Amino acid sequence: MTQDLLYCIASIGLFGIGLYGLIVAPHIIRKILAINIMSVGVFMLLVASASTVDSLPDPVLHAMVLTGIVVAIAGTALALFLASSVHTLGRATDEDSH
Amino acid sequence: MFQTPDFEENNCANEFPIVTRMLCAITIGVLSLGLMAVLILTDSSSSSLPVSLPTIVQDKLAQSGAENPVTAVLLNFRSYDTLLEIGVLLIVAVAILPRSGALSDSPLVSVVSHAQANPMLEGVLRWLVPMIIVMAGYMLWTGASLPGGAFQSGALLAGAGVLAQLSGRVQFCFTSATAKLLLTIGLITFMGVAVGVATKTGIILQYPTELAGPLILLIESAATLSIAAILLLLYNSLATQTAGISSQPSALADQTAASNASSTDNKTLPSSTREPAP
Repeated sequence: MTQDLLYCIASIGLFGIGLYGLIVAPHIIRKILAINIMSVGVFMLLVASASTVDSLPDPVLHAMVLTGIVVAIAGTALALFLASSVHTLGRATDEDSH
Repeated sequence: MFQTPDFEENNCANEFPIVTRMLCAITIGVLSLGLMAVLILTDSSSSSLPVSLPTIVQDKLAQSGAENPVTAVLLNFRSYDTLLEIGVLLIVAVAILPRSGALSDSPLVSVVSHAQANPMLEGVLRWLVPMIIVMAGYMLWTGASLPGGAFQSGALLAGAGVLAQLSGRVQFCFTSATAKLLLTIGLITFMGVAVGVATKTGIILQYPTELAGPLILLIESAATLSIAAILLLLYNSLATQTAGISSQPSALADQTAASNASSTDNKTLPSSTREPAP
């Protein structure tokens, strides 16, 4: 069992944990966190599979992970913003109806 | 500034019954274990692939204008990805840009003198912010040959901005013209270079070999500014929106007090913007 295989297995585990959280967690912020854990699992898989035995690691996969991280940050920020807006709107409607 | 997220809200209403959760856990667990087993059983190294991408990258590295293979891939071989990525960042930034009005005439960075500043953080910041800026420049420059580059450097700069905002002494206004220029300059430069080199080589984003190095540095410098501004904007909108939720009436009062105070004794930071202070 090599080291990168260990990382691959751990990344599958992370993805599974995130998927479980995404389906089961009731609160929207927990769901956003779960999606982030899933994406960390994917990045870890990519980085682990970029390692080669004899030569330098595969730079294409590393670049892809770098791109993915930035897009994941942007997506998370947008999701948090939407969640927060929904929260505000929901509170406003609650106060109106009372 | 931040309110602790209310994780327990509506908890009982939305939660699945325990049987469903167990079923879900078992299904996902079995699937994950199956995937891991497949991975272990078929552990053949990737030598069976028809093309070896690392070899191709190594072969063409000399023509790419960067010595670091990751930078070469990001900004030359697959620069289309990076262009679209900056586009995605800009779209998100536009989506969460504060809605307050048309071009406001307040500068990007303003120093608030009334605020309840955190003196500890403020004192540390005087040392930290210049060092972070120098470090960001180093990261940007070193990206040509070592790990580093526009994103790492932009993230450092944005971190400096977040610290400055947390200290309570500095306010950022992302509806100012300077901020809009900073947010878009990365994409504008990148697209300008992409179209500009097309007039010379005939293909969009195919740099001429002898100009590749300077062009990559130009794109990265502009992208650093944009990424830093966009990340800071993301933090800024989320923080101010959350603060608005926590106490809406008093937040409004705070804002009016802040705007009154800032209109009377605003000072423009020397390096921040060329606009006159109101």
